[in-house]
Amino acid sequence: MKFGVVQFPGSNCDDDAHHAIGAVIGQPVEFIWHQSEQVSGFDAIILPGGFSYGDYLRTGALARFSPVMRAVDRFARAGGLVLGICNGFQILLEAGLLPGAMMRNQGLRFLCRQVHVRVENTDTPFTCRARAGQVLQIPIAHMEGNYFCDAATLSELERNGQIIFRYATPEGRVDERNREANPNGSLRAIAGISNRERNVVGLMPHPERAVELALGSADGLVIFRSMVESLTRRGAERVSA
Amino acid sequence: MKAHVWVMLKSTVLDPQGQTIQRALGSLGYDKVKEVRQGKFFVLDLGALSRDEATKQAERIAKDVLTNPVIEEFRFEILD
Repeated sequence: MKFGVVQFPGSNCDDDAHHAIGAVIGQPVEFIWHQSEQVSGFDAIILPGGFSYGDYLRTGALARFSPVMRAVDRFARAGGLVLGICNGFQILLEAGLLPGAMMRNQGLRFLCRQVHVRVENTDTPFTCRARAGQVLQIPIAHMEGNYFCDAATLSELERNGQIIFRYATPEGRVDERNREANPNGSLRAIAGISNRERNVVGLMPHPERAVELALGSADGLVIFRSMVESLTRRGAERVSA
Repeated sequence: MKAHVWVMLKSTVLDPQGQTIQRALGSLGYDKVKEVRQGKFFVLDLGALSRDEATKQAERIAKDVLTNPVIEEFRFEILD
């Protein structure tokens, strides 16, 4: 099992993601340079947070055209696990691997604080170790995290169980109009979604910044441990097949 | 050939920056301003192309790169 963390010019959570996988979870992990044209040999790819290409034009818009994203696109369409965190989520949206778009936060402020997200679907390779409705305390740090999509896309996301995380109160109550419970004004308090096949997930909160109690929370671990468990299961299936 | 490209949020998409500017204008006495929408303006020098090629290229660039079709729309013009 090998994780890859993509490094774009302007990525700044690449080391954090590498640390979470390598030092904390104890799995093999390597960086992947944005000029790489292939990602073979990896079982899961993480697009980390940061400000790729300075957030010029639109967040994630220019990273989408980098050589590595063509490889990530092929990897994702072949069923590989792809996790986009914060700017990584924005890149997945721009690349069309996930539906919708990010708007500026409703309050027009950069938000950097702990939030609570509720796990909405545990039937994904990224949440299989979480309890249904489990509330995770994970920090956010973004200016453009106000998730938006059209009505048809929203009902499709709801119908297919593609909404994986919603912002919530510490008790797990979702309140779309409450700025405390839904800090950036996201549509239906959406914090993270998956593609229809559920092998690609993007979320605005930073689970890699919540992997040790010294960081204030270790709630983000469940996401990485879920990925490890589903990759282990995939490997076992491949061996027995 | 040069192209001018305007990119705006779709009219169905809320523009909190525009609203903030409108409120600021109101507090400066421009309280009759009904709405402000903020957008982006690009000037592209496309090099030596025919008007036809320039039109095609500007449209492709605007559509594929400068605009996010989920939330934005564009218009453009070609200048000699």
